[in-house]
Amino acid sequence: MVEFSLPYASRVRTGKSHCTPVSTETAKKFQIYRYDPDSNGTPRLDAYEIDTKSCGPMVLDALLKIKNEIDSTLTFRRSCREGICGSCAMNVDGTNTLACLKPIAEIRGDVKIYPLPHLPVIKDLVPDLSWQYSQIESIEPWLQCDTSSPPFAERLQSPEERARLDGLWECILCFCCQTSCPSYWWNGDRYLGPAVLLQAYRWLSDSRDENTGKRLDMLEDPFRLYRCHTIMNCTIACPKGLNPGKAVGRIKQMMFKRSE
Amino acid sequence: MAHQDRPLSPHIQIYRPQMTSLMSIVHRITGVALVGGTFVLTYWLGAAAYGQAAYAQAQTLLSSLVGNLMIFFWSVALFYHLCNGIRHFIWDLGYGLEREQVYASGFIVWVVTAVLSMLAWGLALSV
Repeated sequence: MVEFSLPYASRVRTGKSHCTPVSTETAKKFQIYRYDPDSNGTPRLDAYEIDTKSCGPMVLDALLKIKNEIDSTLTFRRSCREGICGSCAMNVDGTNTLACLKPIAEIRGDVKIYPLPHLPVIKDLVPDLSWQYSQIESIEPWLQCDTSSPPFAERLQSPEERARLDGLWECILCFCCQTSCPSYWWNGDRYLGPAVLLQAYRWLSDSRDENTGKRLDMLEDPFRLYRCHTIMNCTIACPKGLNPGKAVGRIKQMMFKRSE
Repeated sequence: MAHQDRPLSPHIQIYRPQMTSLMSIVHRITGVALVGGTFVLTYWLGAAAYGQAAYAQAQTLLSSLVGNLMIFFWSVALFYHLCNGIRHFIWDLGYGLEREQVYASGFIVWVVTAVLSMLAWGLALSV
């Protein structure tokens, strides 16, 4: 359902200010979404000011600096700090991206940081992604074959067949695209969303997989696949430069071709 | 699924307007507006069929400032919906889905909408 406003208890109030005076030229203000499940409070926007001169270049560096030096209660996911784990996906300066790949210098004015949009928040910048993981599970993202594999050998692919998986296998499941999609915001309970459909297409494209028909049957549904209205926010959002919107388009073409 | 007590993270309230989603919502709004315009067109044709008095009344209504403004917005909506609809057809055929192409075709839609609107009104006002 389309909802333009947040439920009352989810609305964001102005929070605390942790601004300490630093040199004005290199100072940068961060406004960060906070929610503490243990305090019975509602979400709030806390302000922090840091000196970018003594901070690494990326938004994640700033978050770590704030956590280390100003407010140790600030909670967020992070791991690899080089854009390969997908943990630090969040909404920075209005768009979804990985905090470790987003340079602070790219952002004009105050840096606003929210969790990934339209998700239940566990704490601060940590959203609950269990529904998205269960959606990934529903498309059965593993190789499915009825024939037995060749004895003492792997299932072979030509270089061309392997090349069809490029641009698909690189997805790190950060869900930046998934939660940038307005259609997913309104219909995420039934629509699979760009990240999950990109994964589905990765297995539809695999020359070794023998369950293409069954996979398409599962997707042939007014909601699971066809809630994609080619808005293309997903493709713009992907921090890995992949193209979920195009992958969904290819699935629609496969549906059309097999109905001919 | 979602834990009932957990707050919902902000979405449309905080997401920076994207050219992609903006053009999508404008496509829908213009589509709805065009349906409204179809009723007015029907009224105008109906009035013409009904008789001289009814037609004169329809002409007075539609050539008023408000009437003209509405026809202007409907014409822009028509050209936008037409151009962006073609963009969607091209996407559905599997072309133009790369990031740069999506921006480029979006830009073309705005420009062609403006040009067609100006041409149509230039023609209409010169008669």
